[in-house]
Amino acid sequence: MDKMPAWADAVLVPLISLLLAAILSALVILAIGENPIEAFNLMVEGALMRSAGWGYTLYYATNFIFTGLAVSVAFHAKLFNIGGEGQATIGGLGVALICLYIPWPHWSLALIGAALGAAAFGALWALIPAYLQAKRGSHIVITTIMFNFIAAALLNYVLVNLLKPAGQMDPASPIFPAATHLPTFQDMFATDAMPLFRGSPGNVTFFLAILACFAVWLLIWRTRLGYEIRALGHSESAARYAGISPVRTIVIAMLISGGLAGLMATNTAMGEAERLVMNATEGAGFIGIAVALMGRNHPIGVFLAAILFGFLYQGGAELALWTNIPRELIVVIQALVILFTGALDNMVRTPLERVFVAMRKERA
Amino acid sequence: MTDTAPAIELKGISKAFGPVQANKDISIRVMPGTIHGIIGENGAGKSTLMSILYGFYKADRGEIYVKGQRTEIPDSQAAIAAGIGMVFQHFKLVQNFTVLENVILGAEDGGLLKPSLAKARGVLKQLSEEYGLSVDPDTPVEALSVGHQQRVEILKALYRQADILILDEPTGVLTPAEADHLFRILDNLRAEGKTIILITHKLREIMDITDTVSVMRRGEMTATVKTAETSPQELAELMVGRKVLLRVDKEPAKPKDAVLSVRNLRHVDGDGVERLRGISFDLRAGEILGLAGVAGNGQSELLEVLGGYRDGEGEVLLNGAPLPLSGPGSDGQARRTAGIGHVPEDRQREGLIMPYTAWENTVFGYHHDPAIQRGAFMNNAAIKTEAAAKMERFDVRPPDPNLAAKNFSGGNQQKIVLAREIERNPDVLLIGQPTRGVDIGAIEFIHQEIVRLRDLGKAILLVSVELDEIFALSDRIAVMFDGRIMGERDPNETDQRELGLLMAGVTGDAGEDPIKTVDQSLDEKEHRAAGR
Repeated sequence: MDKMPAWADAVLVPLISLLLAAILSALVILAIGENPIEAFNLMVEGALMRSAGWGYTLYYATNFIFTGLAVSVAFHAKLFNIGGEGQATIGGLGVALICLYIPWPHWSLALIGAALGAAAFGALWALIPAYLQAKRGSHIVITTIMFNFIAAALLNYVLVNLLKPAGQMDPASPIFPAATHLPTFQDMFATDAMPLFRGSPGNVTFFLAILACFAVWLLIWRTRLGYEIRALGHSESAARYAGISPVRTIVIAMLISGGLAGLMATNTAMGEAERLVMNATEGAGFIGIAVALMGRNHPIGVFLAAILFGFLYQGGAELALWTNIPRELIVVIQALVILFTGALDNMVRTPLERVFVAMRKERA
Repeated sequence: MTDTAPAIELKGISKAFGPVQANKDISIRVMPGTIHGIIGENGAGKSTLMSILYGFYKADRGEIYVKGQRTEIPDSQAAIAAGIGMVFQHFKLVQNFTVLENVILGAEDGGLLKPSLAKARGVLKQLSEEYGLSVDPDTPVEALSVGHQQRVEILKALYRQADILILDEPTGVLTPAEADHLFRILDNLRAEGKTIILITHKLREIMDITDTVSVMRRGEMTATVKTAETSPQELAELMVGRKVLLRVDKEPAKPKDAVLSVRNLRHVDGDGVERLRGISFDLRAGEILGLAGVAGNGQSELLEVLGGYRDGEGEVLLNGAPLPLSGPGSDGQARRTAGIGHVPEDRQREGLIMPYTAWENTVFGYHHDPAIQRGAFMNNAAIKTEAAAKMERFDVRPPDPNLAAKNFSGGNQQKIVLAREIERNPDVLLIGQPTRGVDIGAIEFIHQEIVRLRDLGKAILLVSVELDEIFALSDRIAVMFDGRIMGERDPNETDQRELGLLMAGVTGDAGEDPIKTVDQSLDEKEHRAAGR
């Protein structure tokens, strides 16, 4: 017998967690002498009430969807891939090489090429930890996080020594050719009469992210591979009994996971910066963990959680811009949300389960 | 007062887990110096009741009296203080500690171990003399046989001055000889005035040793009777609530040609221990070959090598064609394609993915079958329809394919596994512990299905630690000990005693005291284990 209905598990628990995080955040803002209601209004205003705000929110959300999906797919195989950061970094390298060295006739073809490159590079970066886990039992958490540092160092080397145009101070690749520049929301939706999304970085890769959500849903719940990945995640002994190779399944799940994380670079490098810079991932790989946790490793949940974190990022930036609330405090608020929705999940769930059990008893 | 107070008296104990009423208004009196059996099917509430008595759960309602005193037992410390000791089905011992260290664990007298160890050594010596509980105090527990580990558990309880002992399914892991020895120890304990509560689902044990027996069904205590005044048939009916067949009705087998030929099969496990030391046998179409043996003597490994779960060496011919035993083509999928079905010993760890729905589980291992694909995807709708039909045929309750496997009872989970494997119509079916943790009603059904499959001309290899089950189903019985087949017997021409000796590794005619021989051979096995 399940303890509570599915809707309560999927909707009520995260909502209550979020509310608790909001209350605590409000107390923190009060404590430094600012008005939390005003701050909240400002966040909503800046992130959601104007189309440019949405442009930013969705730009950040696109990153989080990719990294959130990456964590989710690995998690279905009970692998905790915290290397999204590194995989996205190396994915960026794939995007840069493909955009810089192949003469693309049109952005749409370039996007397909770059997406393949990003996914391939991200997957490759996940391959070594995956192999070490599957064959040698080296814990994936340790190896993936170490690979984040290796990725950062590698990118540093490549940018400074190989890609950086001579005479440029900045460790970054040259600007990608104009034919690879992706249409932003502004290019797509703004008219002269309605100047929507002005100046915001949200771009066509958001739709790629939605496509990825759908593809992951199909993969996990409709294909044999997804069936095997979930089976392995639930019980390795049962998977072996059924003739599912743990080594093969672990490696494949991690390749897909790394590929998804790598795809994030199409948004940052190709869609926004239009060149490859250092630290383009800005921690999105780690936010992906929180997004996956909050989204219950389901693509729809990941999508919604990514929008929420996009809102927090953009709203936080607005706060830093317009109030005396320091940037660090915004990180505190984001951390509280992660803490409550991810780590302290059971704090809300357990009492709620009791409530439901008690209610059912009343009725019975 | 002429009568002494009961050692344990429970009055009106009720306990619910969510909507499930595990114990309903249970009252029971256990007199001191007696062995009181509690019998019931899985899920009848025996373990819950004992967990309440030992302080793991708190009863919703009801009172506990220990030796006439109203006692609150909020945790196991309180239970120990009240003189109650518990021997769990799964031992709670630290494997690499010695017997002595395990005995004092949690009952040390101070910060320094030496005085406690010295004291315990004395007490242990005295206890083992008093009750025949001999165990070498300095052997690490991991080098002991299962029977001896159980003695350590009993010693732990006695060291804590328990005079009321609860034993939960104590014989599940023992050979018949070890079980006999255990019962002699329990006899001694009773003679010394200790009170024993024995939880079991084996009718024979109840009849052999208890003074009084209480029967539980669906959370209720249905009867408490004097053992001398009842019969196994009556107890079985009280347990299930209806008439049950204790024997399986079957015609003599009509075996045909050998389907599966195993020659000199070997398996070395991950620790480098040779688990199968050259197994050879033939399995013919239309027969059930029962593999008897104490758990851990290679039966599991044999099933798993044949099922493609582990690698092996040697030769296995299926319908004359050799099967690869390692490398590509040796996994479970390949075996299934070749026509070998496999009902694993542990349905929860192997046979089923517990969070998966029933329909997802009905294709587990067969999910590559082209018949259930639709392009690149699995044809979930078709699988669901098929699952509903299979569940209907195997009387799985509730017959809801969308329910997760973990929400079915043990018997119904087992039926899902059997439905999956049997409905595939395999040439060879490997079955491990088909009725472990399954209630009597479902056992009857499962046994009938296995016999039906045999009568369809399929070859069945059965592994079970329940000798009764081996006897009831098998057309031939092979006994395994220490990775070898010790001998083969016709079930109509052997008995539990002879098989018991084979299971303990004794071949041919034993001397005048077979039990002693068994103990010796067990000791030898231990020494070998310790030497590793």
